[in-house]
Amino acid sequence: MSTLASDTEQQTAREQATTRPPVRRSFSEGGSPRLRPVLLAITFPLALLAFWHFATVNRPGSLIPPPYDVWQELQDLAFGGINDDAYSRTLHIHLLASMSRVYGGFVLALVVALPLGMLIGRVKIIRQLIDPTIQILRPIPVTAWLPLAMIIFGLGPRSAFFLVFLGAFYPILVNTIFGVRSVEPRLFEAAAMLGCRGPAQFFRVVLPAALPSIFTGVRLGLGFAWVVIVVGEMTGVQTGLGAIIMEARQLSRTEIVISGMIVIGVFGFLSDQLVMLLGKRLLAWSPSHA
Amino acid sequence: MLKVPILEMRNVGKTFAQNGRAIEALWGANLCAKKGEFICLIGASGCGKSTLLRLAAGFETPTTGEALMWGMPIAGPDPSRGMVFQDYGLFPWLTVRDNIGFGPRSRGRTRQEIKETTDRFIELVGLSNFADLYPHQLSGGMKQRVAIARVLANDAELVLMDEPFGALDAMTRERLQDEVTEIWSRTGLTVLFVTHAIDEAIFLADRVVVMSPGPGRIDSEYAIDLKRPRDIASAEFNEWRRLLASKLHSHHARKAG
Repeated sequence: MSTLASDTEQQTAREQATTRPPVRRSFSEGGSPRLRPVLLAITFPLALLAFWHFATVNRPGSLIPPPYDVWQELQDLAFGGINDDAYSRTLHIHLLASMSRVYGGFVLALVVALPLGMLIGRVKIIRQLIDPTIQILRPIPVTAWLPLAMIIFGLGPRSAFFLVFLGAFYPILVNTIFGVRSVEPRLFEAAAMLGCRGPAQFFRVVLPAALPSIFTGVRLGLGFAWVVIVVGEMTGVQTGLGAIIMEARQLSRTEIVISGMIVIGVFGFLSDQLVMLLGKRLLAWSPSHA
Repeated sequence: MLKVPILEMRNVGKTFAQNGRAIEALWGANLCAKKGEFICLIGASGCGKSTLLRLAAGFETPTTGEALMWGMPIAGPDPSRGMVFQDYGLFPWLTVRDNIGFGPRSRGRTRQEIKETTDRFIELVGLSNFADLYPHQLSGGMKQRVAIARVLANDAELVLMDEPFGALDAMTRERLQDEVTEIWSRTGLTVLFVTHAIDEAIFLADRVVVMSPGPGRIDSEYAIDLKRPRDIASAEFNEWRRLLASKLHSHHARKAG
């Protein structure tokens, strides 16, 4: 007996596996194909920058500093040698403080939300016990938690940590529950008839099947962690990007405020890219992610 | 001495609750499968053939009567009864190799044993060049090969197939029918195969069990005495075709009337 799959079948499968869909390109587009998206991506910010420049430069009354001042401030924050004030060469301290809170809070959220989400998604009694409470707590904005956090955790980094945790927690939890609940029932049957039953299914079926959804939650959660870092650092901490933004605001050092915003934007973006890269490796099997 | 059948259904019935109403999916079914037999269940939709198969798999428990394997009541799914689903039921996050190795791994085989087993069955279904691909990269026919290999690699004695080729194109279906017969004749497996295609049933089965709807039940049984390999163009094959078609058509007419 020939055990080989038919030739045509093999052919199509091999094609699907090895070739990427052809990139359609028309003549009018022109230019280097790799440079094009980059050029397009920077066009808009450049236009914005130009607008900002012409709207603010040579206007002594402007409350918003022109881009060049912000650029100078950014350099001074990072390397010093321009203003030589209390903020010079302090960027790494604030960045590190914020990053430790962002990633610390995020990792803690992940460690709590992932198992909890799997349990809520799969175990009925736990869902009935906890889910209604969570649905009510979820719409409460992180900012609303600020006063309570300061009472419970005191002024300082612990409150900041808690608020970042809260910001990252819900997206991870909600997406984990969703992922776990939408596992195809057929896969449980398949696993059971192959001898994988009971709690073993958690790791061998539920977790991998829910991974694309969990991954979405992780991405959103990390994004939110960066979003709430400024609020989190309004709790009276001395260091952190949020802390210097709030402090500079009181001193009317708007160029520091904008510098802080830019740094948060850039590092938030880089951290998202890192997660995406990880996702691409982890979800190579998924047709919607690979 | 009486030989204990590999599978026995004794007066099995199954009632589902649907929107507060009781639906009788299967009623008073008696079926006996000897080891090594190839049985096809055929019938119109709603005749309970899939329910019967799911009872044999242990995915459902009978409302009345009992389902036995080797004389022991079937309590839940078990590797000795492997199911091949129409929609494949492959794990999308595992490669062909790991899908086939899933069963042996679940049962605590060593790494070496798992590798040997998976290699053997990947070879058997002709997927050696595709062992490291994921299911979404495979054609329907190849996915179904993986599903079959996965069940065989886990030492199933009884293979339950629920319209396994229903979603495939005609060419691929014929090819897989050949391969399944081939594997079956070499391994001495017992196969319970659900289909709604008359030709498929006659081509594959030692015995065709005709089921009828409303409520789902076993109507009649026919031992197909054609010698293998079977020629679907022969006069005898055609006679069987006519007989079963008229049998199934009468159910249809009765149901409609």
